[in-house]
Amino acid sequence: MSLKPSPEETPGLRRRFVVSSLIVAGLFCVLALRLWYLQVLGVDHYRKLSERNRIRYVAIEAPRGAIFDRNGTLLVDNRPAFTVSALRQEIDGREQLFHNLARLLDIDEAQLEEHWRKGEGLPRYRPLPLLEDIGREAMEKVQENSVDLPGILVEVKPFRAYPFGETASHLFGYLGEVTEEELSQSEFSSYRSGEMVGKTALERLFEDRLRGIEGQKRIEVNVRGRELRQVTTRDPLPGQNLYLTIDAKLQLAAEEALGDRAGAVVALDVSSGEILAFASRPNFDPAWFARGISSDEWRELIENPSHPMTNKILRGQYPPGSTFKMVVALAALESGSATPATRVQCDGSINLGSYEYRCWKKGGHGSVDLNTAIKESCDVWFYRVGLETGIDRIASAAHRLGLGQPTGFPFGGERSGMIPSRAWKKQRFGTSWYDGETVISSIGQGFVLATPLQLAVMTAALANGGTVWRPQIVEKIVNLDGNTDWVLQPEKLGETAWNSSALNAVRKGMAAVVNEVGGTAWRSRMETIRYAGKTGTAQVVRRKDDNEEAPDDEEIPYQHRDHALFVSFAPVEKPQIAVAVVVEHGGHGSSAAAPVAKAIYEAYFAEKGNGSAPPRHDASGG
Amino acid sequence: MFDRRLVTHFDWTYLLLILLIAGIGIANLFSATSSWTTAVPPVYLKQFYWLGLGLLIIAVICLFDYRHLEYFSFPLYGGNLLLLVLVLAVGRTSMGATRWISLAGLNVQPSEIMKIVIIVTLARYFSDKAHLRGFSLRELIVPGLLLGIPALLIMKQPDLGTALLVLCIGGTMALYAGVQRSAFFVLCLTGLAAAVGGWFLLHDYQRQRILTFLNPERDPLGAGYHIIQSKIAVGSGGFSGLGFMKGTQSQLSFLPERHTDFAFSVFAEEWGLTGCLLLLALYCLIVLWGLNIALRSNDRFGMYLALGVSAMLFWHIVVNLGMVIGLLPVVGVPLPLFSYGGTSMVTTMIGVGLLMNVSMRRFMF
Repeated sequence: MSLKPSPEETPGLRRRFVVSSLIVAGLFCVLALRLWYLQVLGVDHYRKLSERNRIRYVAIEAPRGAIFDRNGTLLVDNRPAFTVSALRQEIDGREQLFHNLARLLDIDEAQLEEHWRKGEGLPRYRPLPLLEDIGREAMEKVQENSVDLPGILVEVKPFRAYPFGETASHLFGYLGEVTEEELSQSEFSSYRSGEMVGKTALERLFEDRLRGIEGQKRIEVNVRGRELRQVTTRDPLPGQNLYLTIDAKLQLAAEEALGDRAGAVVALDVSSGEILAFASRPNFDPAWFARGISSDEWRELIENPSHPMTNKILRGQYPPGSTFKMVVALAALESGSATPATRVQCDGSINLGSYEYRCWKKGGHGSVDLNTAIKESCDVWFYRVGLETGIDRIASAAHRLGLGQPTGFPFGGERSGMIPSRAWKKQRFGTSWYDGETVISSIGQGFVLATPLQLAVMTAALANGGTVWRPQIVEKIVNLDGNTDWVLQPEKLGETAWNSSALNAVRKGMAAVVNEVGGTAWRSRMETIRYAGKTGTAQVVRRKDDNEEAPDDEEIPYQHRDHALFVSFAPVEKPQIAVAVVVEHGGHGSSAAAPVAKAIYEAYFAEKGNGSAPPRHDASGG
Repeated sequence: MFDRRLVTHFDWTYLLLILLIAGIGIANLFSATSSWTTAVPPVYLKQFYWLGLGLLIIAVICLFDYRHLEYFSFPLYGGNLLLLVLVLAVGRTSMGATRWISLAGLNVQPSEIMKIVIIVTLARYFSDKAHLRGFSLRELIVPGLLLGIPALLIMKQPDLGTALLVLCIGGTMALYAGVQRSAFFVLCLTGLAAAVGGWFLLHDYQRQRILTFLNPERDPLGAGYHIIQSKIAVGSGGFSGLGFMKGTQSQLSFLPERHTDFAFSVFAEEWGLTGCLLLLALYCLIVLWGLNIALRSNDRFGMYLALGVSAMLFWHIVVNLGMVIGLLPVVGVPLPLFSYGGTSMVTTMIGVGLLMNVSMRRFMF
């Protein structure tokens, strides 16, 4: 057993005790200093880091603004859609979970896996969408079985809803997820990946106004990212509402009248350029895009020979055919190369050099004046008068009526049509103009092309005495609080200076087309309203010269059949509305296109009440 | 035969300090694990039971005169070495390290026992051999082996933290016993060389820890995560703390291992600098008190025993606190009386029992 330290050892031990005590105290002081450094000097810094740890900002999608027609009928809205999402941090056995979920909803597990992979880039605390827009029944199934589905939750998000289905889809356009490419542009700097954005038409044009301002939820999360509580919430602000110039009843009438046929219908208010109907068929279903279109569906749309994704009103360029004859007539009257009384003998064709240009009527119309030439659409009268007037004067008149240039409609991709002239041909082909080209241009064939919208604008100008209005689609934009933020101002594209006698002569001919026996649209006349119009039949393929008789439509392959056109306005006396109709490969303007216009007028005047429309004068005529 | 002096000479103040710290520790565990609803019984209650066992251990140890230990020190040492070898041979592996061994149905951690046994062994050795001149290099060979062999065995498990602690405890005792200046410098240089050489012997995860300690941001979600989160917790405590059970770093589980090695971070976040300084003072006090017991002990064995236990407590405290406040790399060293864990509690209480044994028997012959 060791003894008590010897006396000579004691001072040494005491010194060691003092030294070691000092070392101990010193090191504790170092710890204390470090604590002071962290907790007093660093407190702000570390509290910020601590907050960043636990506070997450979650965006709340704002409902997009709604779209109404001019009478306040709801056209596009939002509906609550149920989305099944996964809270990844709470999922342990994914395979088993997906198996359960797939069996419950009778779907394919691979589909869930695919969405899982797609969403893995999302922040952990954000729910990963697995199934978008499941029905209420499926939603209830998921909620009832939530005990067996840990980490699965049902979210409610606003989805675009279309009460009228496919109607006017070319007007609204569609939504799609913002692309990676877009996200890298400054225009989309405020967008988050996965957000829906307007891709075409109104949805795109008014993206900024329709989008609204997203809300924000500050949530406190734990280390696994589980939401514990909401700290603060800023509610989203819905987007602004659009009120269109469209009249839903006319729109429906137009689309119904076109039916399964491909084509376009535009109805304009002749005194302002407001678009009352805007139909391009076939449509696509915008709801497919709202919920995310599948590749099969997309292929189906793209491969459809009737091009449902093409807005034919703006992008369809058709030879106007006989609907161009008013332009030729006005140019002739203006230049004095013809008067309304000028008579031309139609024997069924004219010869120019070695070429023969035939009238549509094989036997000829006999001696015709301007009125008859329009009414019965005599080609020979216009061949002769057109030759007399010259292509450049015709082109000038056409330009003043809005043809040959875009109307400035704000959707992207509007085509400008084509009005040929000598200078144009020289520049384009380096060759001079031939008289034969004037001949066929005079009946709206050859180089001449127009969009349905241009034809409507032209017809409205004829109806209102010569004012070319810019076609407009939005009547007003209304804020959430009901205040109007923007309102339509009619805008003149041009004012033509034809004297009223020339215009009246042309309009008289157009009235005769519908309302007089022998007029090409006589069969589409109305009992209560007198309207004026002009049929057109645009050749897609030129017929062989030796072809004695045009074959029946049924015998021609669809894509070779003529386009049917009809431009018109109503009522004759005090015009209010102009309508242009193009039925692709529809055959004759009289039989295929005119009834579509008639259907619109019926809807239009039924709504207005017959009282405002003047009675027919010659209801029993001929 | 019960000696009344066992009660009168008992160091009640020291026991009070120990109980105070343990009490704060249990309250802190209550807060740290309040979100764990599944643990039955709750962690803080288990720690309470361990504390009870610890007190029993103190009582039992105090019944016997510590001087009897002198005779058992070398057999104890030998037995413990055997256990360490057995651990390497047949031990239970968990989380990449083999530290446990089953002994008569009990899971024991021989490396943890070694902390006490090395104290007893070196106390025995130094009390016999110490002299006024201090140890020369040659004279340090035997204690060096006594210390080095178990340290190597523990490092092999691998358990770097415990191995370093054993070395620290032994080193402190040797320095206290007296080391000649020349020997001291030679040892320092050797140590430095060993540190450089040891770098290449370290396990990959150990190297990671050191690298990450030097720059936690190099791996903020991996190895650096502990240090970063712990510093955030401590720092955001501020001067007065966020309040009991109100620390978000701990309550929302951003702080890892908050009931064991990082328990102090929870305390620092919720009680701020004020609370930390108080706790620091208490810890400092028990170390100084232990040194005082060593100084006043009746014999050299008791002195070295008290000194060794004080060193053990001191190094645990300093290494753990240094780690959680970002001064030292993350080595798995618990904070005595504060971190949850039966092993730590038992080891600490055996040490405390020995200290009190020495303290109360300085008047008795």
